[in-house]
Amino acid sequence: MELVQNFPFFNIVMCLASGVIASILSGKNARRLSIGLVSVVGIMSTCVLGYVLKTGEFYTYMMGHHPAPWGNEIRVGVLEASMALFFCIIMLLCLLGGSKYIAQDIEESKLNLYFVMINLMLSSLLALVYTNDLFNAYVFVEINTIAACGLIMIRNNGKSILSATKYMIMSSLGSGMLLIGISMLYDLTGHLLMSNIKESVATIAANGEYTVPLTVVIGLMCVGLAIKSALFPFHSWLPDAYGNSTASSSAILSSLVSKAYIFLLIKIFYRVIGLHVMIDHKITNTLFAFAIVGMIMGSISAMKQHDVRRLIAYSSVAQIGYIYMGIGLGTTAGMVAAVFHIMSHSASKSMLFIAARGLSEVSGNSKDFKDLKGAGYRNKIAGIAFAVGAFSMVGIPLFAGFTSKVYFAEAAITASPKKMFIAMIALAISTILNAVYFIRATISIYTPRNEHFNDPNFKLAFTFRVALVLFIILNFFLGIGSYPIAQAIEKGLAMFS
Amino acid sequence: MAGNLFTNFYETVAVILFGIGFTTLLLHRNMIKKILGLNIMDTAIYLFLAAKGYISGRVAPIIVDGVTDPVNYVNPIPSGLVLTGIVVSVSVTALMLSLTIRLYRTYHTLDIDEISMRSKKEDF
Repeated sequence: MELVQNFPFFNIVMCLASGVIASILSGKNARRLSIGLVSVVGIMSTCVLGYVLKTGEFYTYMMGHHPAPWGNEIRVGVLEASMALFFCIIMLLCLLGGSKYIAQDIEESKLNLYFVMINLMLSSLLALVYTNDLFNAYVFVEINTIAACGLIMIRNNGKSILSATKYMIMSSLGSGMLLIGISMLYDLTGHLLMSNIKESVATIAANGEYTVPLTVVIGLMCVGLAIKSALFPFHSWLPDAYGNSTASSSAILSSLVSKAYIFLLIKIFYRVIGLHVMIDHKITNTLFAFAIVGMIMGSISAMKQHDVRRLIAYSSVAQIGYIYMGIGLGTTAGMVAAVFHIMSHSASKSMLFIAARGLSEVSGNSKDFKDLKGAGYRNKIAGIAFAVGAFSMVGIPLFAGFTSKVYFAEAAITASPKKMFIAMIALAISTILNAVYFIRATISIYTPRNEHFNDPNFKLAFTFRVALVLFIILNFFLGIGSYPIAQAIEKGLAMFS
Repeated sequence: MAGNLFTNFYETVAVILFGIGFTTLLLHRNMIKKILGLNIMDTAIYLFLAAKGYISGRVAPIIVDGVTDPVNYVNPIPSGLVLTGIVVSVSVTALMLSLTIRLYRTYHTLDIDEISMRSKKEDF
């Protein structure tokens, strides 16, 4: 066994350990530790990705001393490694871009606790990406939920605590459904490791036994994860949670937390139940229907908002709908499009949240569009980043959002005719609605008014600039150089089954 | 169909309790009762797992008098899952209770709808 094969396990343990260490450090040192940790994990994930691409096959890593059917395992393939690397990049940029605002929004004495949460969050994200054990996945889902709740409530005012409570209630419902789903699946198959469950499920399905219990299990797990990742009818917690937390928290929540749950769902599709069984039980059609409604309703709700953060949050509901639509198509092409959109949406949405905070900083800390007029001139880099993010969300060529829409459209064409028709129309309507509110928002921040906010002493944080420039480069990279990424995703999905 | 429900009555009770807990957590307005609902829901899952893990007439797999034949023992994994689940639900309950205390100190009520209304009024 080569050293690099140990890296995923090292990464998870390093994150957990530094979560403990950060709790006794001062705020500044805890920040240094977190940023260093995320960078190191990113570099190590790159090595793992390189190794997996070189060997061309996945490997499983035994945790503890018990071999396969009893012990715990992590499993590393191309998709897992590239997801881990991508999550690290986004988290690093979110932390850099929002570091000034973290210090503003959070009491000095509690600053280190924020980074405890960040470290725990990263460890649970990595574990969710790598794990090959379903119950382990549940435990890390809960760690992720608790860390996310901490990220929301750390501002410690009434609103953020209320948002955290709402988030916690909905998340607990989701985890409860996921847990009873896993328990029932364990009862049906007698295994907790994903590969063994898949073999048993294939036998059960082929013999035509336990059809109703299997449908119940699939339904419970899908709805549980859909609640946690804010698919349309379950999105009630989302606007508050994203709108009332500090900028880095909203960026991390929207781009990493909900995406990790969707990634787990894709894993369940491929590695636990099997795509064909899922399609036979019609769950893809159900998710597809909810996704289509979500794509349109999310955008309609976003159009009514006057608050920039809530506008971006509601746009997330629509974008989550896109991802579930890709999953709901039930084809490999749809899945590739969904995974690619996970990446492009994470990159654009976290940039929008950070840029919006920069814009409201030069508008008297107001989030209302009335005050934000002309903010694009007062904070140039944030204005450009907001425009890039908005264009990417609308789907203008060269930006990341356009490429994922192309992939969605291509995937829809190869799906069944009925689904193609619905998906194409929904894509078109949703694009127009996106354009309505995002272009309006961009025009509004470039309308020269509100001169009284001009402050000659205003100086932008250096890290903020660096983070936004890197975000813009990442967006163009995803938009223009998407071919190798899509190839890697396809290869990774092939390794999944 | 009804016969199955009676032979598996532990599981039936567990699912009914899960439903009670789920609806309480989702629909009740009082925060404390929501947390009670959460605990009922989690406990129902543990009852389900424990009922599934037990085979009548067998004992826990601890070897005392040299009997190593697995026919005499129950599967220990569901019990392990229950223990792990209990740890998770204790921490979630603690977090929810601390959030409730913070909310009560800020808004002086436990009614989540009332809290939402008061928090919206803060804007104006």
